[in-house]
Amino acid sequence: MITMNNVSKHYGSFQVLTECSTQVQKGEVIVVCGPSGSGKSTLIKVVNGLEPFQSGEIIVNGLSVGDPKTNLSKLRSMVGMVFQNFELFPHMSIIDNLCIAQTKVLHRTQEVARDKGLKLLERVGLSAQAAKFPGQLSGGQQQRVAIARALAMDPICMLFDEPTSALDPEMVNEVLDVMTELAREGMTMMCVTHEMGFAKRVASRVIFMDQGRIVEDDSKEAFFANPRSERAQQFLAKILHH
Amino acid sequence: MYEFDWSSIPNALPFLWDGMMISLQITATAVIIGIVWGTLLALMRLSPIKPLSWFAAGYVNLFRAVPLVMVLLWFFLIVPHLLESLFGFPRGSDMRLGSAMAGFALFEAAYYSEIMRAGIQSVPKGQMSAASALGMTYAQGMRLVVLPQAFRNMVPLLLTQGIILFQDTSLVYVSALADFFGAAYKVGDRDGRLVELLLFAGAVYFVICFTASRIVRHYQQKLKTA
Repeated sequence: MITMNNVSKHYGSFQVLTECSTQVQKGEVIVVCGPSGSGKSTLIKVVNGLEPFQSGEIIVNGLSVGDPKTNLSKLRSMVGMVFQNFELFPHMSIIDNLCIAQTKVLHRTQEVARDKGLKLLERVGLSAQAAKFPGQLSGGQQQRVAIARALAMDPICMLFDEPTSALDPEMVNEVLDVMTELAREGMTMMCVTHEMGFAKRVASRVIFMDQGRIVEDDSKEAFFANPRSERAQQFLAKILHH
Repeated sequence: MYEFDWSSIPNALPFLWDGMMISLQITATAVIIGIVWGTLLALMRLSPIKPLSWFAAGYVNLFRAVPLVMVLLWFFLIVPHLLESLFGFPRGSDMRLGSAMAGFALFEAAYYSEIMRAGIQSVPKGQMSAASALGMTYAQGMRLVVLPQAFRNMVPLLLTQGIILFQDTSLVYVSALADFFGAAYKVGDRDGRLVELLLFAGAVYFVICFTASRIVRHYQQKLKTA
């Protein structure tokens, strides 16, 4: 579903990604982790072309992301993305947040979009909030709406960029529960997260990044049992012992 | 001791009213065209396409670096001649109102453009990313997501600029156009009661602008708490 071949990216002389290669099969859940500044967010943002890259190749569902001939908007409409800061549209009600791209990008009718939106709100447990505005919801609720908004486009895969990092601790689980359910239903997912419990529960594979390189790309069992690189061992020691 | 004599005002009220209508017409046209053209300029200025960005920057810097009254004179003196020679407008037709509207609109657009640029930049970058990630094109993201928020954030500044513009419309007196200020001046001059008429006109401008700015402030406070 997603193939990355030797993808490199730099801002000026600063190398953000160095020859990153990996593959994601349909139905796999990949957790991407690593120290801050390791390039893990950038790694998933190049997948839907939100961040350009200078060399290498990314193929999503048969479409080359870096090819100027590719219709990036069309590709992005098939790839759901959830951001650290939710990025709901504050000037629209919750239901309008779920409908806008359905009607304007997929050209669904208002009724079809609304039905779909309400169903997804019910699925994330927020039916009662449909008429409210994002500012009236808690962070956890906003992030669940953001997941529903991405799902409303019927994406072929989902990208999560630290979806729980901006949340109060007591709201982390409500978001992880939605993501876990999604993973169990067979959604293809790439998640940048520090939630190792989530990784242990649902990940098929774990990618560990450091200084713009993919250092480990292994099954979760292998990664947690005996990480090969010293850097990953240190990282896990720090993150798991607290 | 100067003896005030206000008696020429009541009779002149219909004429002054017509003048006020001209002032308001110029203000309304300039605000609407100014905001639309200013928003387009702001989008050009922020565009990655260099020539567009250069054009907008040049336009804004030019109009912000020359006095308004001079721009108005250009429009009164030069543009009618251009229209006459280019489009065969009858010589000597009165285009003062049209010239004034065009001059103000193009001049104010430079200021509105800077307000809108600040407004667009006040919207977090993540909003455009989210719009793009949902498959929206740049134009859709701007129109549906970024600009509505930019406008909402900038309404108080846009209105305040409109109030300043309303005061500045008095500068059309250079073309002898009878806007409210021009009308008051003409009446005062005719009746030898310039002081009374200018005091009266000043009071009217004050009441209108002060009330308007109070309303803007009220709205601003409401926006803050929302």
